[in-house]
Amino acid sequence: MSTTSSPNSFAQSVALVAEREVRMRLRSKAFLISSAILLLAVLGSIVAGSVFSGAAGDSTIPVATVAETARYGQSDGLKATSADEAEQLVRDGEVDAAILPGDGPSGIELVGLDDVPTELVQLLSVTPEVTLIGDTSTNGFLAYIVAIAFGVVFFMAATVFGTTIAQSVVEEKQTRIVEILMSAISARALLAGKVVGNTILAFGQILLIAVLAIVGLLVTGQDDVVNLLGPSIIWFVVFFAVGFVLIAAMYATAAALVSRQEDIGSVTSPVLMLVMIPYFLIIFFYDNDLVLTIMSYVPFSAPIGMPMRIFLGTAEWWEPLLSLLMVIATTVLVVLLGSKIYSNSLLRTGARVKLLEALRG
Amino acid sequence: MLQIDGVTKRFGTRTALDDVSFEVGDGRLTGFVGGNGAGKTTTMRIILGVLSADSGSVSLGGSKLGPTDRRRFGYMPEERGLYAKMKVHEQLVYLARLHGVGQKDANANATTLLDQLGLAERAGDTVESLSLGNQQRAQIAAALVHGPEVLILDEPFSGLDPMAVETVLGVLQDVARRGAPVLFSSHQLDVVERLCDDVVVIADGTVRASGSREKLQADNSGNQFELLVAGDAAWVRDMPGITVVDFDSGYALFQADTDDAAQHVLQRAMQNGTVVSFGPRRPSLTEIFKEVVR
Repeated sequence: MSTTSSPNSFAQSVALVAEREVRMRLRSKAFLISSAILLLAVLGSIVAGSVFSGAAGDSTIPVATVAETARYGQSDGLKATSADEAEQLVRDGEVDAAILPGDGPSGIELVGLDDVPTELVQLLSVTPEVTLIGDTSTNGFLAYIVAIAFGVVFFMAATVFGTTIAQSVVEEKQTRIVEILMSAISARALLAGKVVGNTILAFGQILLIAVLAIVGLLVTGQDDVVNLLGPSIIWFVVFFAVGFVLIAAMYATAAALVSRQEDIGSVTSPVLMLVMIPYFLIIFFYDNDLVLTIMSYVPFSAPIGMPMRIFLGTAEWWEPLLSLLMVIATTVLVVLLGSKIYSNSLLRTGARVKLLEALRG
Repeated sequence: MLQIDGVTKRFGTRTALDDVSFEVGDGRLTGFVGGNGAGKTTTMRIILGVLSADSGSVSLGGSKLGPTDRRRFGYMPEERGLYAKMKVHEQLVYLARLHGVGQKDANANATTLLDQLGLAERAGDTVESLSLGNQQRAQIAAALVHGPEVLILDEPFSGLDPMAVETVLGVLQDVARRGAPVLFSSHQLDVVERLCDDVVVIADGTVRASGSREKLQADNSGNQFELLVAGDAAWVRDMPGITVVDFDSGYALFQADTDDAAQHVLQRAMQNGTVVSFGPRRPSLTEIFKEVVR
């Protein structure tokens, strides 16, 4: 037995705790499977997006033409010698429609079988020149999708990893190993290690999703979407890193107040509300400037609100920086307060510790 | 030497510890006995710095303890706990590293300890898959894995079968032999009586008795003597300054007012015939305990 030991520094203790959190998490099958599903979903939606947007451009509609209308058909399309023959081809289902000379202003007539060949009508219609004089930077539907994506990803990651951290805090209290831990390292180092470990995991997952999304979009040739989304995704990742620390610290602190896994739900529900409200707000008010502006400065919703405004192009260049500073300041405050509550509650097992008592010590 | 000096701790209006002072000598196995709620666990938590005392101090070798000194303590809490889903060996290594032991030494220590405690073949199993007795051994290993210089164990023998008690005792004696002060609490007074060099008795938050086991027994013998003779011992009743407590033909347990009175009994017995045995009566720890906590 060797007794050569030198006391750990704060940073070393934090690193050891964080490393254990990551290692145990990466060993959990549930975590690996759910992460894989999440990544597959992101990849799937990008591929699906590429297939749908590609379908309109590349598809050809088989048509039959006669000599007079040959210029409307494909070079290798079916050429009928007479109008009757062309109609017969339509009846046989060889082609979707026949393009024949007509008497109307367009000079051609479309012959279909039992429904109007709408796509063909659109292709052959003369589109007038359109000039938009309003704000054209974004399209509403895409904005909605982006709002939901930011909201869902933040909400999912915050609750999944927040619950994880809460469970890990209560596990230590419930099994009483916390007494041994606290005879070795300070409560603050323990809290910091847990937050750091879970932030690394959550941030890693978000980064993986962001990289996958961008690379996926580039590979499937959707460069325009990347140009549109790129800056807001990058800001989202930055805001997420800080915002998650804030939420993780709150989850850990709340969980320290109880001693049983069954009580996690009730004690963390106020934190859950703080994560859920921005999620609903962004879905309902994704196009409301006032709500978005407020959201982008409230620390709990800024990680969703600010990237959204960046995407919409309504944020000045300094706004994300100011908002980020506010999130950082709040995080520092919450971590300081949280570590006090955490230290004072860790050894009090049994009944739920009152928040005020925990603050007083 | 570990010194606890005038420690007082209140929880709200209740005084859990009132001016508790005692010491644990280097290399001495010290038993800490007291009823439920007497203050054993609170005292141990304060020694470990897990709780802070309202007043009083804990010092090691004359200097007051700081947080870094306590990293060299080994602690087994009353409420057992290890990470249920972590493997035994991995967990011991983690705990050793939290105490500041390097990776290599931590590995070696964990392996050695599991071997000593007869858990070597379960090293790769998760803690939750172990039987209660084996979890208990793992818990003891957790207290020892960083090679502590002071050992504080809360009820280390509860839940162990007699074989395991011997194994664990062997390990504890090893640690004491290296010169570490060892303090452990127990409800099993017979175990404490058999194992301990020193005893501290606590009740209602105050120390009622402390010192070496022999001294405690002598102090609490109440000047009682036992005499066993070959013939009948009824005559003892008529000796001056003697009160017979218990009597059974050749056996007499009596209280002597003075040592001289007791010596007279011995002389008389030798004149009468064969003396099988004579000596001061050593009260059992259980009796002492009942006496001092009253």
